[in-house]
Amino acid sequence: MPANPFNGFTDYGIGIGLRVPHYRHILAKKPVVDWFEIISENFMVDGGRPMEVLDSILEQYRVVQHGVAMYFGSADKFDQTHLGRLKRLVKRTETPWLSDHLCWGSVDGRYTHDLLPMPYTFAVARHTAEKIRAARDYLEVPICVENVSSYAEFHASEMTEWEFLSEVTELADCGILLDVNNIYVSSKNHNFDPYEYLNNIPHHRVGQIHIAGHSKFEKYILDTHDHPVLDPVWKMYAHALKLVGDTATLLEWDDRIPSFDEVHNEALKANKFRDQQLAARSETAA
Amino acid sequence: MAGALFRPLTPEWRMQERWTDGSRMDKFAAAFIKPNDRLSSFERLEIYNRQYWFRVLDCLWDDFPGLRAVVGKRKFTKLTTRYLARYQSTSYTLRDLGNRLEQFLREEPHWAAPREDLALDMVRFEWAQIVAFDGPSKPAISPDEILDTPAAQLRLGLQPYLSLLELNYAVDDFLIAVKKQESDVLRGEASNAVGSAPRATRLRKRIHLPKREKIYLAVHRHDNMLYYKRLPPEAFVILTALCLGVTVEDACAKALTASNRTNIDWAAQIKEWFDDWSALGWFCRPL
Repeated sequence: MPANPFNGFTDYGIGIGLRVPHYRHILAKKPVVDWFEIISENFMVDGGRPMEVLDSILEQYRVVQHGVAMYFGSADKFDQTHLGRLKRLVKRTETPWLSDHLCWGSVDGRYTHDLLPMPYTFAVARHTAEKIRAARDYLEVPICVENVSSYAEFHASEMTEWEFLSEVTELADCGILLDVNNIYVSSKNHNFDPYEYLNNIPHHRVGQIHIAGHSKFEKYILDTHDHPVLDPVWKMYAHALKLVGDTATLLEWDDRIPSFDEVHNEALKANKFRDQQLAARSETAA
Repeated sequence: MAGALFRPLTPEWRMQERWTDGSRMDKFAAAFIKPNDRLSSFERLEIYNRQYWFRVLDCLWDDFPGLRAVVGKRKFTKLTTRYLARYQSTSYTLRDLGNRLEQFLREEPHWAAPREDLALDMVRFEWAQIVAFDGPSKPAISPDEILDTPAAQLRLGLQPYLSLLELNYAVDDFLIAVKKQESDVLRGEASNAVGSAPRATRLRKRIHLPKREKIYLAVHRHDNMLYYKRLPPEAFVILTALCLGVTVEDACAKALTASNRTNIDWAAQIKEWFDDWSALGWFCRPL
């Protein structure tokens, strides 16, 4: 959906993650990039170089915030300091939407700094949806939740992951940040059909898409974000575009980060790929 | 599950085979995690256990290169593992992961033996740099505002990002040498991208540990660049006193009383210091 309530009715194209090794290049060369995704927590600081860089980026580029520590699925209540800082950053960046993960990661005030999978139960879905609603009401910005990649499944689960994602987002009336690579990784780790996942989520709620690379091990696939996007993920991305239409997409590259030009070229490839898929979709519709 | 993640790995970087009550970990994992056709419940939980420890140890590895050089890599990993087992992160950001490392080294100094004092100095110095990098700042007071108030009434605050350290070792020179060597090694191995497990890069040349030497440091930032500045003892006394809310006049008097240096034009020297600190933007309104 090109513009919907979950991405602030915006029409963004292909974005790139703003990463420290690229700061100097971006500020000096000012490359043409449709938008940058920032990790919110990296800029929820009081001052210094991070805020100087952010302000310089904001002068020239559109920025969307992506968080890694909201932990909507944690039983803990929100850390009010965290939320307060996040709200200040939202006002500073004027992000049209904000995303974080459908996961848990803290318990009794202790943080794992990981994106941990949840048991897919109706009770957990209700709890998670309540927290998403509370965060959105406080932050006053649309929220999209991202499906995480996972390596474990729980006996307690009462539904599939895509059913859980649908349940939570319907209850919270929030958006979805559809991470196509994460679906692929989890499908291999848990033996499900990734296309069944894509076909059975509320497509009208997708406000953003993530694509990324991953690493294959002997017995499982790890979501490493340290490679170019692989063929199966491109195919799934094409299918996702057919289902949801032209949607803001971010190319993630978070580890073994290459030069900015290499990441940029991958983003340009994604842009071309997306245009081709959308053109094909239009022809089919006509 | 969180309890399992926070438990330290074995020396072989595997999940422990026994739970805290001595029961088998595979049974514990099987109680809540499904196996699949390739991985047992134990192995699936172990992925998360390893991911957790690799992430947090890697973070401290990057944030405290000086401490690593002081105690050695193997001991550093043991020290930080014990630290994280005792003090799990209570912050949403990994930036704060080392904020109780000084406290830990005071409580359990044997992890840094036989270099306990040097390790403590280094941790204080490295944490001060994290604070200086992105800590809060307050509007600086202009020189005119300072000049308009008599010294007997003038109280000045110092920027919250500024740390004043009295140290027993010249850790500043040592850390510069460590960082230079590490960056040289990284440049030489640019194609060898960073892995997720703690690294074991060998430094090519041994850097001599600093000898005992009293130094006074201000760790701060200017134009958002990180700096550390050595201070004469009298300057350190003045700044420390200002932090405690003492008037400028009393702070200067305290410094001169404590000094045994003679043949110095103290009025000119103190003016020069205040001009310098003011230009660096160190002064703000006291709390």
